[in-house]
Amino acid sequence: MLLAVVFLLSLTAGASDASALAVIHDLLFREVDGLAAYERIVILEIRLPRAVLGMLIGAALAISGAVMQGLFRNPLADPGLVGVSSGAALGAVSVIVLGGGVLASAVEFLGTHALPLAALLGGLATTLMLYRVATRRGETSIATMLLAGIALGALAMAISGVLIFVADDQQLRDLTFWQLGSLAGASWVKIGAAGPIIAAALIACPFLARSLNAMALGEAAAHHLGIPLQRMKVIAIVVVAAATGASVAVSGGIGFVGIIVPHLLRLLIGPDNRYLLPASGLLGAIVLLLADAASRILVAPAEFPIGIVTAAVGAPFFLWILLKRRGVLDL
Amino acid sequence: MIQTGNLSARLGGRRVLENVSFQAESGQLTAIIGPNGSGKTTLLRALSGEIPCSGDLTINGMDSRRLKPWRLASMRAVLPQKTSLSFPFTVREVVALGLTGGRSGVSGGEVVALPDRALRCVDLDGYAGRFYQELSGGEQQRVQLARALCQVWEPVLDGVPRWLLLDEPVSSLDIHHQLAIMRLASEFARAGGGVIAVLHDLNLTCMFADRILMMRSGRLHACGRTPEVMTDSLLAEVFGCSLRVGMAPGAGQPFVLPQSVHAS
Repeated sequence: MLLAVVFLLSLTAGASDASALAVIHDLLFREVDGLAAYERIVILEIRLPRAVLGMLIGAALAISGAVMQGLFRNPLADPGLVGVSSGAALGAVSVIVLGGGVLASAVEFLGTHALPLAALLGGLATTLMLYRVATRRGETSIATMLLAGIALGALAMAISGVLIFVADDQQLRDLTFWQLGSLAGASWVKIGAAGPIIAAALIACPFLARSLNAMALGEAAAHHLGIPLQRMKVIAIVVVAAATGASVAVSGGIGFVGIIVPHLLRLLIGPDNRYLLPASGLLGAIVLLLADAASRILVAPAEFPIGIVTAAVGAPFFLWILLKRRGVLDL
Repeated sequence: MIQTGNLSARLGGRRVLENVSFQAESGQLTAIIGPNGSGKTTLLRALSGEIPCSGDLTINGMDSRRLKPWRLASMRAVLPQKTSLSFPFTVREVVALGLTGGRSGVSGGEVVALPDRALRCVDLDGYAGRFYQELSGGEQQRVQLARALCQVWEPVLDGVPRWLLLDEPVSSLDIHHQLAIMRLASEFARAGGGVIAVLHDLNLTCMFADRILMMRSGRLHACGRTPEVMTDSLLAEVFGCSLRVGMAPGAGQPFVLPQSVHAS
């Protein structure tokens, strides 16, 4: 319900004053003379893909946050923590900076797909490397993985830093905007590239719910309860890498959705992952659509990068949760 | 039956279990005793399949390391020494995690009520809606036992005995609950299941154990029926203090009086 309302709001908000209701009306009743073609284009080719992409990414970010927190047994874990986002960012930065030079032929060949694809590869490469470092004799130690993730993330950021150092002014502008995160570039092409990956990850999540519940008691107890630990961890890691990589690829780094949404829901409906995961998907979609609408309305006709909006609202909210629950949470 | 042959394990390059061979029968309560650091918990973790080990290890005649996790979980439940919880689950939710494998042994509709029944068994009636993290250490320990009970509620399922592996199940309980929990474990064994428990209290061991595995420096120092192992000489060898084992009048059970150290 709320999602539908926010979805409509998102269609209506923006620099152009095209009315979504008018377009829907038009589509439903085929009144050819009712609406300017220009309005239809604004709605169908700009705002609709933007709203759809926003929902997909919001759901993906929130669910990968929830899965990661269950896996790491830490309410502060986030895909950003294990370097997936940094790895994806390195991929994107490489394309932006080296696109005119070393990687020119590849970028030319891939066209608009180059950036999302590179970010996705960066995310997956980081995850695979991380997995190899943290897994010994078929066992993944979560502590090792967290620390290795921080190290790999720092390494990826250092390499990105070198690339940014050699970038020219125009590239720097592109980089900054991309890093802050935005849904402005949404198009049906991007949805086609990232959508299936995100959708697959979302579909896999419900199968992880029971295993993640058992993980709350620790790895040993989950094993005692009959959970196939290794398989479950691999699925969870791939799901998170895919969803995060694809999201970062098309929208840059959008922070805090993955931490705030599951946190809020645990307060409201409890920590049972069978309900938490789907609810995170829904609320994540809602939150990101709202943030995106806000980013367009606040400084219309210009717009804020959405990453600023989520961080500006999310960070204080997150601190508030921390202060309020300091005694209860075992951090 | 749980049977081991030359079971050995290494942790961090150090041999922590060396050639442990024994068999534990279903229908009995087998206690593992020994001083701190003698390998009691390591042995239990090896039995539960938690740490890699070499040698033979079978549960009900099957190589437990070849069994799929869910098969193993249908045959044995484990109570660890301490369990921390990462998210604010309620007591009922924690106990219901024992039903994850779906092989409790009770039929359809009764499963829903099982967590509450299990909580009654460990004397935590009325605690179901409270947050696990708000309970005291002893109460948390009993919640975990209720969870383990849910997992193997029927001591025998399809003719196969099931096992409770308990690591110091009464370590943080008051005397009333120590006796109640030991009685519960003992009843599980009488009903055909098997119980292997790491115990520190020698007198509770005397009261409830049918057989004793006595550990020392990662090796099995002695094993046998309780009166055979609970002797002055074995206690002196393993614990390094000269305790006098007495015989309780009437019950025919041995007992150990710590004050006897001064008497000798």
